[in-house]
Amino acid sequence: MYKILDKSIIGADEMVMNMGPQHPSTHGVLRLKIVTDGEIVSHIEPIIGYLHRCFEKHCENLSYEQIVPFTDRCDYLAAMHMAHGYSIAVEKLLGIEELPERVEYIRVILAEFQRIASHLIAVGVFGLDVGAITPFTWTLRDRERIIDLFESVTGSRLLYNYIWPGGLAHDLPPNFVQKASDFLDYFEPQIEEYNNLLTTNKIFIERSADIGVMPVDVAINYGVSGPTLRGSGIAHDLRKDEPYSIYKKFDFDVPVGEGLMGTVGDCWDRYYVKVLEMKESIKILRQALKTIPDGDVKSAIPKKIRPKKGEVYSRYETARGDLGLYIRSGGKNMPSRLKMRSPAFCNLSVLNEISAGWMISDVISILGSLDIVLGEIDR
Amino acid sequence: MSENFLVKKFKEKVELLENNSILVNINDWKEISQFIFKSKFDYLMCITSYDLEVDNKIGLAYNFFSTTKKEYLEVRLEFNSTDEIFSIAEIWRAADWHEREAYDLMGVVFDGHPDMKRILLPDDWDGHPLRKDWKEPEYYNGMPVPKDKTYWE
Amino acid sequence: MTSVVDSLLNLLSFTGLDESILLILVLHIPALSIFLVMVVNATVAVYMERKVAAFMQDRLGPMEVGLFGFKGGKKFWGGIGQTIADAIKLLTKEDIVPDSADKKLMLLAPFIIFIGAFLTFIAVPFSQNLVVSDFNIGVFYIMAMSSVGVIGIIIAGWSSNNKWSLYGSMRAAAQIVSYEIPIGLSLLLVVLVVGSLNLGDIVQWQAENRWFIFHSPFTFVAFFIFFISVVAETNRTPFDIPEAESELVAGWMTEYSGFKWAIFFLSEYANMMIVSIVASVVFLGGWLSPLAIINVGIPDSWMIFDGPFIGILWLMSKAIFLIFVMMWFRWTFPRLRVDQLMYLCWKVFIPFCLANLFFVSIWELIGGLFFK
Repeated sequence: MYKILDKSIIGADEMVMNMGPQHPSTHGVLRLKIVTDGEIVSHIEPIIGYLHRCFEKHCENLSYEQIVPFTDRCDYLAAMHMAHGYSIAVEKLLGIEELPERVEYIRVILAEFQRIASHLIAVGVFGLDVGAITPFTWTLRDRERIIDLFESVTGSRLLYNYIWPGGLAHDLPPNFVQKASDFLDYFEPQIEEYNNLLTTNKIFIERSADIGVMPVDVAINYGVSGPTLRGSGIAHDLRKDEPYSIYKKFDFDVPVGEGLMGTVGDCWDRYYVKVLEMKESIKILRQALKTIPDGDVKSAIPKKIRPKKGEVYSRYETARGDLGLYIRSGGKNMPSRLKMRSPAFCNLSVLNEISAGWMISDVISILGSLDIVLGEIDR
Repeated sequence: MSENFLVKKFKEKVELLENNSILVNINDWKEISQFIFKSKFDYLMCITSYDLEVDNKIGLAYNFFSTTKKEYLEVRLEFNSTDEIFSIAEIWRAADWHEREAYDLMGVVFDGHPDMKRILLPDDWDGHPLRKDWKEPEYYNGMPVPKDKTYWE
Repeated sequence: MTSVVDSLLNLLSFTGLDESILLILVLHIPALSIFLVMVVNATVAVYMERKVAAFMQDRLGPMEVGLFGFKGGKKFWGGIGQTIADAIKLLTKEDIVPDSADKKLMLLAPFIIFIGAFLTFIAVPFSQNLVVSDFNIGVFYIMAMSSVGVIGIIIAGWSSNNKWSLYGSMRAAAQIVSYEIPIGLSLLLVVLVVGSLNLGDIVQWQAENRWFIFHSPFTFVAFFIFFISVVAETNRTPFDIPEAESELVAGWMTEYSGFKWAIFFLSEYANMMIVSIVASVVFLGGWLSPLAIINVGIPDSWMIFDGPFIGILWLMSKAIFLIFVMMWFRWTFPRLRVDQLMYLCWKVFIPFCLANLFFVSIWELIGGLFFK
């Protein structure tokens, strides 16, 4: 931490810098208004809204089935999670309790693959922000293989429109389980390579440990969730606390930040939690791929989705945190109000609190560790 | 259960709805919100603003969660569109941006908010789009808004 | 050793012209050849950088652009003509100057940096008797001339009228000026042992005794401090804070485009070549062959391969190896933050260098009694 000097003695002017919407490292169109004293930051104001596409207003004119592709486009790096969360919310609203086993297994498998893919980008981009360019290309190379798997299942690489309320669009291709297991066998030693290059690198540790420490009470007051919250030491994971779908059947741990290289809750912890979560996802995937049952994936899809009057608030654990969907239904086949509470929205609001007193290079590091996607912040 | 304790403490001022959420009058909101915070509901998950299509009324739904007691709470407020609501942004900092979004898209004015301005729409936008009676403007900054959208929707 | 200028003057003395007129005529040849060396160096170094980067990142690099019909295809030498295509593109690009920038200073800055690199090449030897001017203060002259570049960087950042460029150039100025001290102190060690600032004398000493890197543990440490400090001098990762890509877009070079940017680029690679050659000459034996170290009892003239033309080969291979190591650093390490960089220089390198100086003096004194 650096102390901001007493202005009355020196009388230096504060400089207002603009890290504009077009910038190589703001993860999308985000504008940061930074008030600095030399290199030390005294106040940051994130200005969002550059990617606002009126998702919530559109949803009031679309039927429940038609909303699924729109949810994909909110968080485009974890599209399966968005669709899965939305499907669970609509199923709660309709009162559907049980889905065919095969549907649940396939949904969990795809969600965990998506979690690995999203964390690969988060890890690679964090390295890129700090200056290490090579791990970024390696993580993208591995993510390409996951995207190839998705392409063989759904037909598209990034925005899938596959998980529908009540089931799936179509069944898996015949050799998917074999290809998925081969990928897992290839991928597990790669995590060790990333650790060698980035996690235990002295320069990387100096750039990220002890920086941007987020105490637990600040995190909870700001509504932070996901790996960002778990990096501060609390084991809050919706997959364990209130298991939805079939997560009860799988055996996995919830990694938390322990301050191995610095203080608990610094950027290194938030980064390392993501690396460990990839390993946990591999565990879940191996268990799921072994015991996937047969069945019909389209049998539970309702002919017409027309829920009764009422509201539901449903939570889901995406790669970035806690997705909340508040749906109000007026009895028609279109929602009367659909609100999406995206995890990155609350994660970004904590930026001002944890970066006061650090230098501009550290702001980049902290922003990278918060792992935001502007698509879901602006919707 | 948490609803019972709120109903127990505030008796006539609150009303229990069917889906276990509590309806609160906006005049009592300041007192009740502070009481909710004292009862260890430290995690504000979401603030949703919705338009009840009758009577020009708007509603707000607050979803709380207690990390220590592992309980949920949903509180609703329903009021006229011209009323001002006590802002809980000083108590739960997560409410800061959520209330700005409710103001921006629905037009709810919060009293006591540190920085009440638009968050998602441009600063010079007129109107509050998420309301049911919102009409698209004819012009925005001198540019006509196209009416015929056949080729791009 | 005789310098190129002297040998050319001797060659052309038959014409009987006045000494000064002959000098002016003769000077054009080394000047043009240095410029040619800089251009060829930039071409080869850029291609090497892109291929090295690509292979380290598990991809292929430039593969399409061929040279005079030779395409290279799917093998290693894929896009061998890529740099020539890039050079032609840069020369024909539109020169965009921001409206509120200071135009004269913006034009001046790249040329100051170029002049600094160019003038340093005068004292850099390429082999025995192949140096443009044989200064008897060679080391001192090189250190002085390589500092001229800082002025160019500051002018570039200031005249762009862009807060981010200003940040970049201020950081660069602080960094370059601070890291000159460990460089000077490490070179001082070598000068202490040899007793002369002339680069030819230093290589002569290494030919008679042993390469400096193996001379004593202190010069071994000094080589590493010297090498890391020159990586910082040339603004390469992990010290590329002034042009940190993910923070400042391109730092102090942001507002430059086209030909001026090409000059910056040329000077950066020329700087890398200069410091690699100086490191090889001073610490690694210059144009001496490494086979001389291993005396296996085979006749000298066959094994040693010394000679003015083979000397260039040895010097260049050592320099290119050091350039490869610099590129290796760039694609492996993240970058250091500004204050960590300064901490490294002032609180780690400089005390080590001063301690080194002290101990080397003692070593020479006592070691001279035992080992000579």
